[in-house]
Amino acid sequence: MINKEVANVQEALKGVTDNMVLMFGGFGLSGIPENAIAQLVKLGIRGLTCISNNAGVDDFGLGLLLQKRQIKKMISSYVGENEEFERQMLSGELDVELIPQGTLAERCRAAQAGFPAFYTPAGYGTEVAEGKETREFNGKMYVLEHAFKADFAFIKAWKGDAAGNLIFKGTARNFNPVMCGAAKITVAEVEELVPLGTLDPNQIHIPGIFVQRIFQGKHYEKRIEQRTVRQKD
Amino acid sequence: MLDKIGIAKRLAKELKDGYYVNLGIGIPTLVANYVPEGIAVEFQSENGVLGMGPFPFEGEEDADVINAGKQTITTLPGASFFDSALSFSMIRGKHVDLTILGAMEVAENGDIANWKIPGKMVKGMGGAMDLVASAENIIVAMMHTNKEGESKLLKRCTLPLTGIGCIKKIVTNLAVLEITEKGFKLLERAPGVTIEEIKNATEGTLIIEGLIPEITF
Repeated sequence: MINKEVANVQEALKGVTDNMVLMFGGFGLSGIPENAIAQLVKLGIRGLTCISNNAGVDDFGLGLLLQKRQIKKMISSYVGENEEFERQMLSGELDVELIPQGTLAERCRAAQAGFPAFYTPAGYGTEVAEGKETREFNGKMYVLEHAFKADFAFIKAWKGDAAGNLIFKGTARNFNPVMCGAAKITVAEVEELVPLGTLDPNQIHIPGIFVQRIFQGKHYEKRIEQRTVRQKD
Repeated sequence: MLDKIGIAKRLAKELKDGYYVNLGIGIPTLVANYVPEGIAVEFQSENGVLGMGPFPFEGEEDADVINAGKQTITTLPGASFFDSALSFSMIRGKHVDLTILGAMEVAENGDIANWKIPGKMVKGMGGAMDLVASAENIIVAMMHTNKEGESKLLKRCTLPLTGIGCIKKIVTNLAVLEITEKGFKLLERAPGVTIEEIKNATEGTLIIEGLIPEITF
């Protein structure tokens, strides 16, 4: 077994410096690497380019990095829930690149899988395709999109082991698996770091080869963004 | 005239047995409440769930089980979770049978605009561009006019596009329309709405052939 376990979040984030390109798993606030984000705030690392489907809310998720003006550029598909984000975007302090959600996922997966680029129909004929190579296949037009290049990927999983194997839970899976191995260094934080041999190899979602560092997160708030319920009849 | 629930009920008639369906945020989400008796459909949410169920009972919410609107949901027997790349493989690979989404504008050539108003805060397109670029069966659910009373069914979209030539059908508070090569073909009118009213609320070419029945549920 190749041991990927690190003692804590401080060790896990070693080597992260200003102006890096970072990937963050999560959809909304679900499945975000809470401990890695908190540590980035603590370290005060600045000038970051963040690849993440969303940008958190004002006081949680990537919103915490925005509050401290640590983010230079966001690459996302939807950013609607954050006032500080809006202020920084409209004032020009924050550079924002909005791309289709499926394209975002596939640009991660392409980096993970070793594809330099791929064609997608998403965004053809819209401003998203401006300046990009397009090509016709079987009578339909496609846009060439490139794999991301990132320094670190911060992943949140449900369970993991010291070999770096990961299992996700529910829709907290989202972008996390496709970002594993899509950056130079993948840092996974898990709710439960279980003893080696307890995870059934049949049930592993991401094999440890895609993960360089793994640690158990100290605390998870797991905040719900839109609490919707129904009444019992 | 239909209210939002009326639009959702009419849209529910488009569901067919065996369909996998992606519902957008807003009116489309309501369609899940009116699945016709006796048919089996499964709802896909692009954040990574197939077989979405109703909202959870109070106290049973799970931060790890949400829909694309970030709302807490439940899953039904037979449901599955998956990552974002596989989710869009379902969409891009045309495995999803029906997509229902909202719009700011639809043009008579099938173009749709629903993600950006220049000069205003742009929230992003989310999965909408992937959905409209790939799905073959796309229905738009929206009000016929905007808050200023201006038509949302246009000759050409004025706002930045989400996708081109992709919309097939529109269900509004006033009518059901099909997009044809000649323009918006009126199929049905909402209860109590006259053809004249629909004409006045439609900027694009409106094609009226024969008797136009009232919408029934």
